[in-house]
Amino acid sequence: MTLQTFFAMGGYAFYVWSAYGITFLVLLFNILSPVLLRKQLLRQLSLRQKRGNR
Amino acid sequence: MSVFPDAVGLFFHRSASPPHFYALADRFIPWLTVIFVVLILAGLYGGLYLAPSDYQQGDSYRIIYIHVPAAWMSLFIYVLMAIMGGIALVWRIKLAEVMLISSAPIGAGFTFIALVTGSLWGKPMWGTWWVWDARLTSELILLFLYLGIISLHGAIEDQRNAARAVSILALVGVVNIPIIHYSVEWWNTLHQGPTVTKMDKPSIHITMLVPLLIMAIAFKFYYLIAVLQSAKLELLKRESGSQWVKTLLENQA
Repeated sequence: MTLQTFFAMGGYAFYVWSAYGITFLVLLFNILSPVLLRKQLLRQLSLRQKRGNR
Repeated sequence: MSVFPDAVGLFFHRSASPPHFYALADRFIPWLTVIFVVLILAGLYGGLYLAPSDYQQGDSYRIIYIHVPAAWMSLFIYVLMAIMGGIALVWRIKLAEVMLISSAPIGAGFTFIALVTGSLWGKPMWGTWWVWDARLTSELILLFLYLGIISLHGAIEDQRNAARAVSILALVGVVNIPIIHYSVEWWNTLHQGPTVTKMDKPSIHITMLVPLLIMAIAFKFYYLIAVLQSAKLELLKRESGSQWVKTLLENQA
């Protein structure tokens, strides 16, 4: 099987690759968003703590 | 006298305390990620490359490798949330509340994936993106239940009250789960009946079945990683004034 026929998915390339692409984006979002929000929260909390200690 | 041996009881008691849970999550996440990556690569390779085309549907059927595992996850996570809701209502365990609300966006994500990939599969095979049949409609209601839980939690200021309201909603909504599962048997739907869960004789070939099961297990590991990440955030939000968070901040600075 050539790479080209693999990506063509027997003529269903649009449907198959959109399905996999959207899935990938949703799964990525649900991991990245809590990680980034936590980093942001930790930064805010440690700033507040430093001010409090002064 | 406890039903569980002391060591087990101690493990759960300690694991359920926020600082221990936070540390435990940190320790498990790298291992879970390694297992997830191996499984997802194997599943994708098996499903997109090794498995043969379907004799009727050609290569469009390959959407099954995300559609079906995502649909299973959408039900599985909801049932877990209802169980967490029950535990939160009866025993007031803070971690159960945290796990319940942390699971909601992940469950909503899988429900959305099941609906969208189903639509992308339905268009070439059924000739339509959407029909109001029992399976599709009940799955759409599941998405609204997840979104309802998320917005209800966001709308109530007090954490404990929010958790109680969300637990009740999760428990009430669980009636939708058997409706989704049996919808293809109770009603004459466009959506096909089960092919895998007929355990006596699954009507799917082994080279197609194995990647499907690998993907299903990979999605379970994904859920564990994602729920631990959200739970860490939720715990920090709730416990931002507590001593263990202060210690955590001092240690990382």
